[in-house]
Amino acid sequence: MTADLAIDVRGMTKRFGDLTAIDHVDLQVRTGEICGFLGPNGSGKTTFIRMLCGLLRADAGGGICLGHDVIKESDAVKRQVGYMTQRFSFYEDLSIAENLDFVARMYSLKDRRSAVRESLVRLGLEQRRDQLAGQLSGGWKQRLALAACMIHRPRLLLLDEPTAGVDPKARREFWEEIHVLAGQGLTFLIATHYMDEAERCHRLAFISGGSLLTHGTTAEVIDQAHLTTWSVSGPDLLTLAGRLRAHPGVGQAVAFGSALHVSGDDAASLEEAIAPFRTGQYEWKRIDSGLEDVFIQMMEKARRDVSP
Amino acid sequence: MSGYGFSPSRFCAMVVKEFIQMRRDRLTFGMMIGIPIVQLILFGFAINADPRHLPAAVLLADRGAQGRTLLYAVRNSSYFDFVREVKTEAEGQDALARGEVQFVVNIPENFTRDLLRGDRPAVLIEADATDPSATGNALGALRTLFSTALQNDLKGPLSFLADAEGPVELRIHARYNPEGITYYNIVPGLMGVILTMTMVIITGLAITRERERGTMENLLSMPTRPVEVLIGKIIPYILVGYIQIGLVLAVAYFLFHVPMVGSPILLFAVALVFIIANLSMGITFSTVAKNQLQAMQMAFFFFLPSIMLSGFMFPFRGMPRWAQAIGEILPLTHFLRIVRGILLKGNGAEEVVLQLWQIALFAAVVLTIGVKRYRRTLD
Repeated sequence: MTADLAIDVRGMTKRFGDLTAIDHVDLQVRTGEICGFLGPNGSGKTTFIRMLCGLLRADAGGGICLGHDVIKESDAVKRQVGYMTQRFSFYEDLSIAENLDFVARMYSLKDRRSAVRESLVRLGLEQRRDQLAGQLSGGWKQRLALAACMIHRPRLLLLDEPTAGVDPKARREFWEEIHVLAGQGLTFLIATHYMDEAERCHRLAFISGGSLLTHGTTAEVIDQAHLTTWSVSGPDLLTLAGRLRAHPGVGQAVAFGSALHVSGDDAASLEEAIAPFRTGQYEWKRIDSGLEDVFIQMMEKARRDVSP
Repeated sequence: MSGYGFSPSRFCAMVVKEFIQMRRDRLTFGMMIGIPIVQLILFGFAINADPRHLPAAVLLADRGAQGRTLLYAVRNSSYFDFVREVKTEAEGQDALARGEVQFVVNIPENFTRDLLRGDRPAVLIEADATDPSATGNALGALRTLFSTALQNDLKGPLSFLADAEGPVELRIHARYNPEGITYYNIVPGLMGVILTMTMVIITGLAITRERERGTMENLLSMPTRPVEVLIGKIIPYILVGYIQIGLVLAVAYFLFHVPMVGSPILLFAVALVFIIANLSMGITFSTVAKNQLQAMQMAFFFFLPSIMLSGFMFPFRGMPRWAQAIGEILPLTHFLRIVRGILLKGNGAEEVVLQLWQIALFAAVVLTIGVKRYRRTLD
């Protein structure tokens, strides 16, 4: 079973003083899988990724990453992992080629020159090889970062919000590249805030307040939430939303274009809540819950559980 | 008025913000308090432009009473402490060259006999005059002392000796810098000062820069060892250090005509240890400091005692014991002795090693601390 798991960690815990940033998180990711890592700001995504690649010491827990002990063999793990930081963290006063060359040396690659050349070609950076990294736009910086963290042919890539600040076209190209690489057997753990990106992942893990709330495929995650969603259109939806939110059966009421999505995890209670408004002026329609509805629901629930 | 005039509200916003930021940056605030205190203590207590109790050796070739009286008088001037007796002239030279003593007093053979005969025997005082300000007052005191020291001994029948030019001739050899040219001492010393300042600052910024720019996270995610990172960061600046040495030597030679008695090649060789010591200090600060500003402040805090307690600005032997003890730890103190020793005294490897191992020890200790302090995680 462990053979096809790239990541298999259990009970991972990290404390910063009194704050428990990561609280007994278990996570399994299969080889060749793209695992989306979701959660609100400050939920512990970055901390967890840093623990996996040995940048932060775990206070408890442990496990296997690419066949090595995550805690004790962190050097061996580092050699096979590519980590792309949230903030651009290559040298802005080095050119693209110089940055790649630096990384190639760091991993003691045997055929360094051709590795650098290949990676320039693969990411379409050869025209800009002598350009200073600091002068690149966000999209190109992100390409460089991806090229650099893949130059040593890692088996697992940990990407921390890789597409923040990247335009839609570049994002799409980026994801296509990810899927090609996953097809070749690379494993990905990608932290993201974007729902469309989450839907492109094979599996999702949702973390909030340091705890893993759910883990599974998109369909599984939606199913597990047992969320009922209604779409309503009509006049003055803003007032309607305010009145609906006051009812305990309504988890959320969010505007989507000219419609309002109203959802709750108890179908009966939700129906009771919307019953008074099912009049002629509003048009109600039951719809499938989307990933975003599910996540917002979970975030709200997690928030309520923490501060009752 | 609402547009571009002076707005008390905006002004207050600025003042309040600055106060908040100042309060948050504890180290800067501490430095603002700490630096004046250190300066006051150093300038107030440690610095003494009239150094006394300078170590002297004596070569006693005549053991007569008058010779002793003279030595007592010399000692009572409080400028000289006789720390050893040497048997031969060569032994005295060695002690001077090593900097063990500042003076060698020679009471010549047949001193008593010649004195009583009225032959005006010559007492030779050899002084290490590399730093003219360290020996000037002591030598000045000698001159008055010699004319009066023997007055009590030369009474009655011997009183004829005490007249006119004095019974004893005082002969002073200001060694290594006979003309007492101050910049012969200062310019070689500057080499050490410049290296200390630039080397500590330049590597002080090295790790903090990576941290501030966010590149540290990336560096740590790669399989590197602390030694690779730290030594790797030091190496390029060794070259910079050598360029500085070459520059100072060229200026010293062509512009100031500082004599170069010893071997510049030896100087180049031993400078490596000194450069590494300073770079290690900087890189260690860098592992402790949170940001580049803190690293700069630490470098300054190291530079201050270095320049004041090393014997660069003020005579080392004029300082109280505690200040000398601090000075002995600092690499600059030993490097100054080496540079001045090689250039002015013509010292060779043997004398240099006595100072060099202390610099090497400093470098080893500091670098070890740096490697231990270097955090391999972001914790």
